[in-house]
Amino acid sequence: MTSALINVPAKAKRGDIIEIKTLMSHIMETGYRHMASGEVVPRDIITSFACRFNGTEIFRTDLFPAIAANPFISFFTTVTESGKFEFEWIGDRGFSETATASISVE
Amino acid sequence: MRFFGTIAAALLMADAVHAAEIPPAERRSGYSFMKPETRAMQDDDTANPGMLWVLDGEALWKRKQGAADKACADCHDNARNSMKGVAARYPAFDKALGRPVDLEQRINLCRTNRQQATPLPFEGRELLALTNLVARQSQGVAIETGSDPQLVPFIAKGRELFMQRQGQLNLGCANCHDDNWDKRLAGSAITQGHPTGYPLYRLEWQSLGSLQRRLRACMSGIRAPAYDYGAPELVELELYLMSRAGGMSMEAPAVRP
Repeated sequence: MTSALINVPAKAKRGDIIEIKTLMSHIMETGYRHMASGEVVPRDIITSFACRFNGTEIFRTDLFPAIAANPFISFFTTVTESGKFEFEWIGDRGFSETATASISVE
Repeated sequence: MRFFGTIAAALLMADAVHAAEIPPAERRSGYSFMKPETRAMQDDDTANPGMLWVLDGEALWKRKQGAADKACADCHDNARNSMKGVAARYPAFDKALGRPVDLEQRINLCRTNRQQATPLPFEGRELLALTNLVARQSQGVAIETGSDPQLVPFIAKGRELFMQRQGQLNLGCANCHDDNWDKRLAGSAITQGHPTGYPLYRLEWQSLGSLQRRLRACMSGIRAPAYDYGAPELVELELYLMSRAGGMSMEAPAVRP
């Protein structure tokens, strides 16, 4: 089960600065912990997050083992036209999730 | 000797004075002990990680399960309507078992009896998600647990356990959560222990967890053997705590440090 929560305003005025908030469900296992038997718990984290608006990348970040579980990423952007945001999370063990959100600009 | 006897008597009296229950007007949710940042995290549904389990719960609610091939939604329809206020009445008395069951146990009873499926493990993602979905529908509802007269003896047992000193540190729940809730322990606020927001997201756990998980953690904290998940003693303690918080608003899924 993988869930994502995206918060993008449905409407904005041309030139407005808007905040985009994303929350992705992930355990973010650091790879530094040991099991009772002494074996290392293998690393399992999200390694990168990107946001595209109408196909153009507007935000990208790398994630590291020190980031807590269920990473919450928020950032600001200026809106110039109506369109679609595409979000992508990529991580260890082939983790790959996407989400979309639309905005109408007046 | 007489001198020491006097001190002992004075300490006993002081203990008796201290072990007073919190007056209704002074009751405070754990929320009020938190930093503004953590409060903001709980208040914003798109920043509250507990909402991820609500989403999972919504998917599970519609999934057909067990030999009966039924989903929760087949009987209970939309949880948003049918489950409103339900969590504010739990733990509740179960006639068939003749004792109180908590929300997790009620969901598992529904699974075994109605869906004819295997019960979900305690603290597993699926049981937490379903419990959270149900509890979410009571957000803002006043806690009513304990109004059923059949629960009276079980609340009394739970209260007894709350007062009972135990473990290597020889502490009872009341020693912190009734007597010292306005102080701090190792830099953290000692709260009044009102379970208004369970299941809740603890930053320390980096996960959602049940009230039973919290109670077990407190028991290890006082170096006492923790009861197993689902043990009648834990349910009675949950029941007492919920009745003690009667009238306070439900917050699930809450966020706590």
